[in-house]
Amino acid sequence: MQVNKITDYVWEIPPSEKEGMLVPARIYATEKLMKEMDAGVIEQITNVACLPGIQKYALCMPDGHWGYGFPIGGVAAFSLQDGVISPGGIGFDINCGMRLIRTDLTLADVQPRLKDLLNVLFNKVPAGVGAKGLVKIERKEMAEVMTRGVNWCIKKGYGWAQDRDRIEGGGCLPGGDPSKVSSQAVERGIGQLGTLGSGNHYLEIQVASNENIYDEKLARAVGIFGRDQIVIMVHCGSRGFGHQIATDYLRVFDSAMKKYGITVRDRQLGCAPFRSPEGQDYYSAMACAANMAFANRQVITHRIREAFSQVFNEDAERLGLETIYDVAHNVAKVETYEINGKPTELLVHRKGSTRSFGPGRTEVPTLYRDWGQPVIVGGSMETGSYLCVGTQKAETETFGSTMHGAGRTMSRAAAKRMIRGTDLQRRMEENGILVKAVSMSGLAEEAGSAYKDISEVVDTMDTVGVSKKVVRLKPIGNIKG
Amino acid sequence: MTQGYTFPEDQVISDLVFEATGDTPAELFQAAGLALFEVMADTGRVHPRIRKEIRLKHAQIDQLLYDWLSELIYLKDAAGLLFKEFSVQLTQDNDWSLVATVRGEPIDPKRHGLRADAKAVTYHQFEVVQTETGSWKARVVVDI
Repeated sequence: MQVNKITDYVWEIPPSEKEGMLVPARIYATEKLMKEMDAGVIEQITNVACLPGIQKYALCMPDGHWGYGFPIGGVAAFSLQDGVISPGGIGFDINCGMRLIRTDLTLADVQPRLKDLLNVLFNKVPAGVGAKGLVKIERKEMAEVMTRGVNWCIKKGYGWAQDRDRIEGGGCLPGGDPSKVSSQAVERGIGQLGTLGSGNHYLEIQVASNENIYDEKLARAVGIFGRDQIVIMVHCGSRGFGHQIATDYLRVFDSAMKKYGITVRDRQLGCAPFRSPEGQDYYSAMACAANMAFANRQVITHRIREAFSQVFNEDAERLGLETIYDVAHNVAKVETYEINGKPTELLVHRKGSTRSFGPGRTEVPTLYRDWGQPVIVGGSMETGSYLCVGTQKAETETFGSTMHGAGRTMSRAAAKRMIRGTDLQRRMEENGILVKAVSMSGLAEEAGSAYKDISEVVDTMDTVGVSKKVVRLKPIGNIKG
Repeated sequence: MTQGYTFPEDQVISDLVFEATGDTPAELFQAAGLALFEVMADTGRVHPRIRKEIRLKHAQIDQLLYDWLSELIYLKDAAGLLFKEFSVQLTQDNDWSLVATVRGEPIDPKRHGLRADAKAVTYHQFEVVQTETGSWKARVVVDI
């Protein structure tokens, strides 16, 4: 397939390269990242460019890699009138996302107690296959979680009122309708509030050092002062609840496509017109899952505060455990962009991509509106993560989107063959990173060498001007499923 | 070809793929069930002390396999069970009908050698085929 170099960081596949492409596909990457990009990305992003109602470009971020349906790192915006909604453009883990929590503690405070802290966190935040959370709720309350998200948590004492102002969309995606969710989804998810899951999900203790701060003003605006400050990063989503909703609606869309005369190049791109009953039902169910995921990360935040309070024998408030921000990187949202000179509402799908709104945008909380929306970029557990902020350029160039992580380069099966979990755990400990994992084979799959160079990924979007680096965060302790 | 499964290495990046085989569709479904739980745990360490019955119906055999594996994933989370024995009966009238008995036990992180959690079965590269020799083969990508 012909790939044209538009700039040093933007590559384009024209619609002439595949029958049915309605718009060009664009990939953001350095020459090196582009060379390393697997062939599946090009195949999949050009399939996305064929979906009805797609606007301007099918986009893939520099952390892009082969997924199912959309590539991971995929972004596509659709007309509300004649466009589609596709679970394959959102992922099974609806509202998988990142939360970053600051503290007033430093490495010197935490290092001597790190082992204790990880042990307490490991017990308070269950992880791995089949893990059940410590919050027990009835079906009626689950319905409230589905419609109110983080508001339910705050009402129940699992959060502070100020948390709500530091979460994408206030921790609640409107439009959730529990009647559109199967009882199977409820049965899978009802016991899972406050659990991490497995795969690449983690809870990580990180350090913000002075030498890793790129913009001191922005860092201070989000509560990062450096001087080996401790922060906590959480990566997880809507657990079995969201996975079941996606499974249920893929079945629905498999039949609906025949009804609406839609054909797709990959069955996993199953979709329905956004305005159809099937499309609206899925959107309502997806919003329920998004709200469950916001609540899940909120309950985990509550447990983190309890753990720090227990280990340091001090109130979480006095330890400064404030949420910096919480972002969704697997979701579809209605957002307004200028199309042909007119403000137009579009349905933006982000699958492994983070919203990156710049200063002034009303969706950005007042606290950050002068600076831009915080963008939390989770790296591999060996190599570190980044906090960035969004820019106005993102809104004109990438439908307000940027990368979400490092992006895998090695398959899970290959990583397991090449790396032993126990060896990796020892190597990381030698490098100053303690790991507690439910599964050693699961740990091996997440080795740093299975991922791209996160700095090159983040630098790509920083250079393009779509997101701006604030601070690099170095891991010292990690909990994995 | 007899009942079995493999995990090819480089067909997907962030998920896991397995290929299951069987001389009959029922054997294929049994092999796929076991492969699914091998993704999540060391099934050799799971005791078959709890029994569940599953009944499903679908016009297409590939969709029936999708439903079968999705049902097993649902039971893993909703009932908190890992399975190791799969006894499947498949009949075809107008639709394909499945009646299966599966055996396993509650998930125990201390004993079961847990691996990666299976979130869902995807339709990506999903296929069920009958080979020229009459045996059955399926490729399944599991979201991790």
